[in-house]
Order: sequence, then structure tokens, then C-alpha cells
Amino acid sequence: MQYSAAFDLQRELVERRKRGEIPDQLLFVEHPHVITMGRNGNIANVLAPPDVLERAGITFHATDRGGDVTYHGPGQVVGYPIFDLREWKRDVVAYVRAIEQVIIQALAQFGLCGEREAGATGVWVGGKKIAAIGVHISRWVTSHGFALNVDADLRYFQYIVPCGLPKPVTSMRQEGCVARREDVIGEIQRQFARVFDLEMLEKAEACKESL
Amino acid sequence: MTDVIMPQMGESIVEGTLTKWLKKKGERVERDEPLFEISTDKVDTEIPSPAAGVLAEVLVEEGMTVAINTVVARIDESGAAEAVAAAPETQAATAPAPPAADSAPAAPSPAAAPEAPSAAAAGTEGIPGPLSPLVRRMAREYNIDLRQVKGTGAGGRITKADLEAYMAAQGAKTVAQAAEAPPPVAAPKPVPPPPTAPLPRAEAPKVRVEPMSIMRQKIAEHMVLSKRTSAHVTTVHRVDMTKIAKLRESQKTEFQARYGFGLTFLPFVTRAAAEALRAFPLVNASIEGANIIYHNEIHIGIAVALDNGLIVPVIRNADEKNVVGLQRAIVELATRARSKQLKPDEVQGGTFSITNFGSFGSLFATPVINQPQVAILGIGAVTKEPVVIDDAIAIRSVCYLSLTFDHRLIDGALADQFCLKVKSVLENWNEPVL
Repeated sequence: MQYSAAFDLQRELVERRKRGEIPDQLLFVEHPHVITMGRNGNIANVLAPPDVLERAGITFHATDRGGDVTYHGPGQVVGYPIFDLREWKRDVVAYVRAIEQVIIQALAQFGLCGEREAGATGVWVGGKKIAAIGVHISRWVTSHGFALNVDADLRYFQYIVPCGLPKPVTSMRQEGCVARREDVIGEIQRQFARVFDLEMLEKAEACKESL
Repeated sequence: MTDVIMPQMGESIVEGTLTKWLKKKGERVERDEPLFEISTDKVDTEIPSPAAGVLAEVLVEEGMTVAINTVVARIDESGAAEAVAAAPETQAATAPAPPAADSAPAAPSPAAAPEAPSAAAAGTEGIPGPLSPLVRRMAREYNIDLRQVKGTGAGGRITKADLEAYMAAQGAKTVAQAAEAPPPVAAPKPVPPPPTAPLPRAEAPKVRVEPMSIMRQKIAEHMVLSKRTSAHVTTVHRVDMTKIAKLRESQKTEFQARYGFGLTFLPFVTRAAAEALRAFPLVNASIEGANIIYHNEIHIGIAVALDNGLIVPVIRNADEKNVVGLQRAIVELATRARSKQLKPDEVQGGTFSITNFGSFGSLFATPVINQPQVAILGIGAVTKEPVVIDDAIAIRSVCYLSLTFDHRLIDGALADQFCLKVKSVLENWNEPVL
């Protein structure tokens, strides 16, 4: 799904969530190669000039999430929770920690030991970043979310300084774990249900249609 | 003027970075319309305007980091309702300040003023500051007219505590009115009730409501689940710990010097339990449907008390460790449990649990089984007691071990055999520690 389409869909769902028309939503998508930059991002962290990116087939988007610059692409599980935090905890830090916890617990099911690094939001394996997090909140309704590298082509990260931190990235594949995308998504869903104490309703068909 | 403050976006958050003004100085803003954005730890948050009006003053520039509750801007509401003359403006300005005692006769005015334009219309008009969803909900549920409530929060905004104080005061008032004769004086005229002014806050709220932490909820769920699942039976054995107490006494100084942590009774009991589990594998099993699952590995969970809860980190392959290894594992797991640094797999996969309530002075207790396990061993305090040995009274260090077992799988005879094995290992200890 194109990044801009996913962005519009999130906006729409956020509005509907705010009006209480829909319950909490958890979207899973995979984007074509795209580099996105958060509101506080530094353009210097995009290392390649626009024409180089274009030739590499990468689009660029400025967006309204927290965090610096990041890359999305095939082989990544990108998750966008549209949650009303008033029904969970009005705490943005606790929310980010909880998303990390979801990913850490999901990775544990695949035999990988995800970790937190002080001062560096995201999930790390052996000092390398495996999942990035960037969130936007409007009236306690969340959008954007996380991107977990399952078997993404990590060479694409060379065009940026991920999250503005000069630290290496990794993927589940790179760490020796060959997992199917559906299985990873399924596990993340289960862990979301556990960590956020939610009941998950499968809406695969509906989602696929709208995506 | 309404103050706009840097909100607190979470318990641990003390400051926020204002990243973007969505309105310029002098621009009109509607109540609840996004006014500025803040950033905390990879989260960008839009902050809605607390009032309708004109953004009169911008006190914090983009990119600045300020403490929560800092006033970042002021909104001039006089531009909002042109119809209303200059009078309400001054009243609105005085509203947040608690009325001085001698100004009591004038007190009704802040409440009365907003009534003039449209009393029945939008029920939140004229209320200083944004209303939290909790306050809105409470007002709805208890049918409270928020205009009657005096806000003591930042910028005069109404907090939950204000509502509780108001409700308590109202409760007292109705009781007082009911008690007295119905027509007390000629006072009750169409005069709007002077909010809470004359009534002292004598009636403190009788309860305090606080949501359970996630951990508390999980513990509650697990405890009830366990009680519902297993047929809990507890058996208690007295163990003579004199030999171990002496061994510990003689070696604890050197132990501390050599390993950097103290030597307690817990690793001895864990060691003995591991041996007994090897001898009686049914105690190390679990139930799945109509099947018994025998675990070939012995992973012992050790209950660790936290500030407001507990967690049971697991010592893997506990039967392969000696007293030093067990003590080290216990110290490390407990330290990381208390600093919340346990990894998920360190609290999973236990096949048996030990809980050391003796460290809090309890003699014996009836612990709840940690599902899906089938038994848990509780260690009471080690105390000196007079004990009869061969018709003579001796002073011995004794300890009560209580084993709670799942009677669905384990019968009393087996449970007691298990306990006797633990007791025998402890009373006839023959492994060197150092």
C-alpha cells in the first residue's frame, strides 16, 4: 500500500475513532520503498539527494509523526494502531514502552531477544535496531506506529541515518530467523491483545479491501 | 484571558518540547481546535485549545522545552463572544483566582455571568480551561452543572478533585436542607446558589477510586484463575534447619567476600526442592486436558515481592546448579525484577515455584499455585524453638515448609513424600557450599 494512501486512511480512521464511531483499530501494511520524515526530523539525516532516491525507486514523504527519518519497504511489517488512549492509559511514554513490549514479546516467540536501549526508542537486537517507532497523537487518539524488519532489504537504510542515530539496523532474517509475514503479524496481534488487554477481532477481508 | 499550559502527557513526564504552533499570534482559534504540537519520546501530540478566542500571547517559542504546567500562551476570549460586553471579560479574568473571604457577597457573579448569554445552550461555555474526559463523564453521570463548580486546577480548570469536593458539599447541603424545616428563611429566591462558598469542605470523600495497574490486574486474574483451576491443598512439615543455620553462620562472611552477595536459606531449600522434584516427577508436571505433561527439565520460579505486586522469575535447570549458582541466580533475578529489567522469557516456562514469605516473618502460609504448575513450596521463617529430641528438650533452628499441591494430580501421600524428601536433604545436608 502506498504510504500516502495509508496516511489518508489513518486520518479518516482517527477522525472516526475520535467521534466514537469505531473501536480501536490495528492496521498492518507493507509499503513500497519510501523514506519518511517526522515533524522533528533533520533533513541532513537523508543522505542521498532527491534524484538518487528517485532513481532507486524511493519516494519521500514528510509526515506528522514523532521521530526523525526512517525507511519503509517490502519485507517490513508496519503496524498502525489507532487507539484511544483515554480507554487505556493517558500516558504517551507508557504507550511507546507498551509497543516496544509487544514487539519484544512477539520476537521472543521467534527465539529472538529484543531489547530496549536507554534514550533510544525502538526495539534492538544485539545493539542493532530491528523495529522503529514513531507516533502521532491527537486528542489521545494514536496514529502511525511501528515498523519491524522481517526480511527487508537492509541496503535501503544506507540512504538515511535511521531516526537520526548512527547505529546499525537489522532484521529478523539477518538475525537468523526465517519467519512468514502472516505469522509475524499474527504474533504481534496476540501480543497487542496481551499487552493492551484488548480483544482482537479479525477483519482481514475488510482491511484488504480498504487497503 | 485563558492560560494555555504545557500538559502532562504521562505519569513520568516532567517536561515537553513545543515543536510547532498551529496558530499564529493574533489568529482566531476555536475551543478544542488543535493549537500547538508537542513532542516527547518519539510521540508528537496535538494539543487542543482550552478556549475559543484570539491567540493573544505566545510565551514559548517553537523548539523550546519547558516544564509541564508552564503557561505557553494566553487566549483572549473577549474576541470570541462579541455580543457580550466588556463586563464578562473582567469576571472571566478573576474567575481562576480563589475568591477572597471578604468578597463572599460578590461570589455569585462568576457563576451568574455565563448564564446570561445562553443558560440552557452549550453546557460547557464559560468554564475556564479544558475539561478532561473524566470530568465530562463524571458531570454527565452525576448530572452536575459544571458552571456551579469552582475549578482549582491550572488556569482555573475543573479537576476530578473539584467535582468530588463539589459533590460532597452538595451532599452535605441536601442533608442539611432535609434535616431543617423545609422553609428555613425567605432566602431561597431565584438567586443562583452561591456555589460551594459557605460550606466548609467538612465532608471528605468517603472513598478514593484508583484504577488498578496492569500488573495488579494480571495478578488478580491469575490468582482467581488458579483458585478456579486447581484443587488447592496445603501440607506443612517442620524442618530442623540447625545444621544449615550453622553452616551458613560459619561461611557467610567468606561467601560475601568471595561472591559479593549474601548467603540466605533460600538456595538451600531450592536445592533440596530440585532434588525432590527429580525424585517425584509428578510434582514437576502440569495438566493439559486429560493428559499429564511431565517436564523433563526443572525450572523453578522464585516469587519476588515488588513495590505493588509480585513477579515470579524462573531459574532454568535449577537442578544443575549448586548453592552458589542458585544464590547468584536468585540475587540477579530479584535485582532485575525490582528494576523492571526482566526479559519475557525469564518469567515464563517455570515448572514449580517457591515463595519465601519467611523473609517477612510468616511462619507458614497456604500459597496459591502458579498455573499451569501443580505445586508451590512456601518457606516460613527460620526461628529457634524448643524441640523434643529423644525425650529431651533442645533449642533448634526450625522452619515450616508448606507445600500447596493440586489434588487433581497429586495425592496427599505423594505430597508428603515430596516434603519428607526436601526435609531429609535439608536436615542431612552434605554438600559443601564454598
